Amino acid sequence: MQTDAMIEMRGVTKRFGAVTANEDVDLTVRRGEILAVLGENGSGKTSLMNMLAGIYFPDAGHIFVDGREVVIRSPKDAFTLGIGMIHQHFKLVDVLTAAENIILGLPGRLRLDMKQVERDIRALTEKYGFEIDLERKIYEMSVSQKQTVEIVKMLYRGANILILDEPTAVLTPQETDKLFQVLRNMRDQGHSIIIITHKLNEVLSLSDRVAVLRKGRSIGSVNTCDATEMSLTEMMVGKKVELDIDRPEPVNPVMKLRLSDVTVTDREGREVLSHANFEAFTGEILGVAGIAGSGQKELLEAIAGLQPHVQGRIQYRNRKGHIKELTEMTAQEIREIGIRLAFVPEDRLGMGLVPSMGMTGNMMLRSYKQGHSFFSERKQPRTLAERIMRELEVVTPGVEWPVGRMSGGNVQKVLVGREIASAPQVLMVAYPVRGLDINSSYTIYHLLNEQKKNGSAVICVGEDLDVLLALCDRILVLADGHVSGVVDARTATKEQIGLLMTNHTAKEAQA
Amino acid sequence: MSKEPLMHIVKRDGVSFWRGALVRLIAVLLSLIVCAVVIVALTGMNPLSVYAGIWNGAMGTTRRMWVTLRDSAILLCIGFAVLPAFRMRFWNTGAEGQVLVGAMATAAVMIYGKDLPAWALYTLCPLAGVLAGLVWGVIPAFFKAHWNTNETLFTLMLNYIAMQLVSFAIVFWENPKGSNHVGLINSQSKAGWLPSIGTNGYLLPILIVLALMVILFIYMRYSKQGYEIAVVGESENTAHYAGINVPRVIIRTMAICGGIGGLAGYLLASGVGHTISTGLAGGRGFTAIIVAWLGKLNPFAMLVVAFFLVFMEKGSIQIATQFNLNENASDILTGIILFFILGCEFFINYRIEWRKRAREEVKA
Repeated sequence: MQTDAMIEMRGVTKRFGAVTANEDVDLTVRRGEILAVLGENGSGKTSLMNMLAGIYFPDAGHIFVDGREVVIRSPKDAFTLGIGMIHQHFKLVDVLTAAENIILGLPGRLRLDMKQVERDIRALTEKYGFEIDLERKIYEMSVSQKQTVEIVKMLYRGANILILDEPTAVLTPQETDKLFQVLRNMRDQGHSIIIITHKLNEVLSLSDRVAVLRKGRSIGSVNTCDATEMSLTEMMVGKKVELDIDRPEPVNPVMKLRLSDVTVTDREGREVLSHANFEAFTGEILGVAGIAGSGQKELLEAIAGLQPHVQGRIQYRNRKGHIKELTEMTAQEIREIGIRLAFVPEDRLGMGLVPSMGMTGNMMLRSYKQGHSFFSERKQPRTLAERIMRELEVVTPGVEWPVGRMSGGNVQKVLVGREIASAPQVLMVAYPVRGLDINSSYTIYHLLNEQKKNGSAVICVGEDLDVLLALCDRILVLADGHVSGVVDARTATKEQIGLLMTNHTAKEAQA
Repeated sequence: MSKEPLMHIVKRDGVSFWRGALVRLIAVLLSLIVCAVVIVALTGMNPLSVYAGIWNGAMGTTRRMWVTLRDSAILLCIGFAVLPAFRMRFWNTGAEGQVLVGAMATAAVMIYGKDLPAWALYTLCPLAGVLAGLVWGVIPAFFKAHWNTNETLFTLMLNYIAMQLVSFAIVFWENPKGSNHVGLINSQSKAGWLPSIGTNGYLLPILIVLALMVILFIYMRYSKQGYEIAVVGESENTAHYAGINVPRVIIRTMAICGGIGGLAGYLLASGVGHTISTGLAGGRGFTAIIVAWLGKLNPFAMLVVAFFLVFMEKGSIQIATQFNLNENASDILTGIILFFILGCEFFINYRIEWRKRAREEVKA
């Protein structure tokens, strides 16, 4: 066995019931390298890494660390071997400080010398170039700061193999750059780093080697310097894929929706969206960018009539040119006055769909009230479900199969399919391709473009700036609940939007 | 380095109906064997004769059989009083109180309206029972819908209020005076008593509950309101999103639940005991929760569970007297059987992987 192999996985298999997450996967991580594990959603990246981190136990296969065969039964075993994993959802105690979180659960003396602990941690952070305030409480931190705490926590525990699961999903471009610099420093000090991602540009800029998974199997690994976006995509998907997103010119755009000075407060009375002003036009896609939790959800929900505390005015112009006030209307009232407003919420299974019901039952969510009968009509929803299943190529055993047991991409197709079926005048989608593979993503982009051509006003909240810049006509940027700018997507740059995303002082929103 | 764990648990993905049925059947057989071992170990008696005693107690005579069936029906009816609420994830622990107030209202009509014509009593008694239960169910629902109070505590506490109300009413209704009991209401005229079908006094409540079962099944599965209940139960966010008026659904559903509880109270007061006391529901409001969950909120499965529980209860009384066993002996047996039936669900959903047989060699 090569001595430079830090971790070697051979023939690892993991099944969940009838679903095979990983089958006969081989993976090698070398000492002092950044390995990107690339694959579409559902290709088994996370489950493979969870087996290294001791969260799952493999059904078959062997794992070698430092040339010795090991059995990892629990996260504790993983720590002993120097493997630390940073999950997508951070595992921190909100009310404790960074330093307290870092030492949490470690053995130590009876008397805790916090000063000494902080000195130790500081030595570590300076070595790698982290910026961290050790005395700050977790709940006061931004997502990127929390992530730093997680990484330092792992290092403090002596991890020399670090696994990061989609670390950039929640970061701005600037924060991502900072993270990558730190990771490079760590690699140069001899740590091995595994980064799970499906963003090709990150793979290319950061990693030394790429291992590609497809449908749970290992396809192979290449040195990053020999790879291109096209070649990696081909490995990931298994065939050539057109990576260009179509962007037709808007055809005679008309103002459809106008928000004037809209402020949304949450249950505790805090402003989560402040004085938003903007207009959406027919025949265009308006992108919404921002760090997660900057008010995107509240913005869409306010328009959809799902937020209880909304101030300001929301106006809608119908086909005849009459202005209707949607302010203070509930979702039900909006539908009753005949406005077809479609909404694909971020939380697909917790808001847009009923997980335990089949496709038919979920189609009924929009239509069950029709008619005066005491009993619900099931024929039409069933026909619609069958049509969506056929046209959008939803993979499911049948229209009665619970949507909660479908894969993320198929769930999204069901939801988008239902919302588009009503031929909406306004279509709002939140993170429409989150968790979707490349093919499904392009299906969704195509559907959005089709609605745009049909003259709908499309509002699309996204997290991938490259996609927003390629798909949308204009992009509205939110920063901490404020509209910090509206830019033309054809001319704007990623850096420009990144700056607007962190620009908390920009209170004057433009129309 | 530590060895591979001795066993680990792997999720199954869907089991065919027959396989599931087979697992459950094996579980019942195993439970009977374990029960037999326990009986021999604790009492030294022949387990088969104890089983025979249980059968005898529940089904031994025609009368016992009818009583078992009727009591199963009543328990099932109370189970229906929690079913729609549970489907909505509204934890109605107040069936006990809803039954009590229903019974009390029925008794009140029987006592104060004993001179009314028969048809009026036959209409007023169930009406009063259902209405009273309905009110008792709507109160916590109203608070839940508007101020998000905790329905578990609220419905639970209403049980005690219902009991106090009954105690209070008994002061006025006691017969004979000073006995602190109401005694048989209208024992001479039988006014307001649930009529017999032919000579069979047990059949009518059973038929009423069976009809209710079918109606409830259809309501939950095919009506718009049933659909709304399912959506609200799954996620309130989704319900808002779909434009469902959540407070209205909560209140309406609890009105139905309370109404069914009140109906059970009516059946108890007018069809079974012909009296009223604080112990009338006898904990069945809580047993009903077990019925609902074991039956997985399916009315037909709940029928089987309710019958099993009442069957074991009647059997326990029999073996207590026949073998001079403590009545708790049967509780132990019921517990063992339930343990196996519930435990086998684990084996339907998961399977256990043992440590690898002779680790296959790969080093090469």
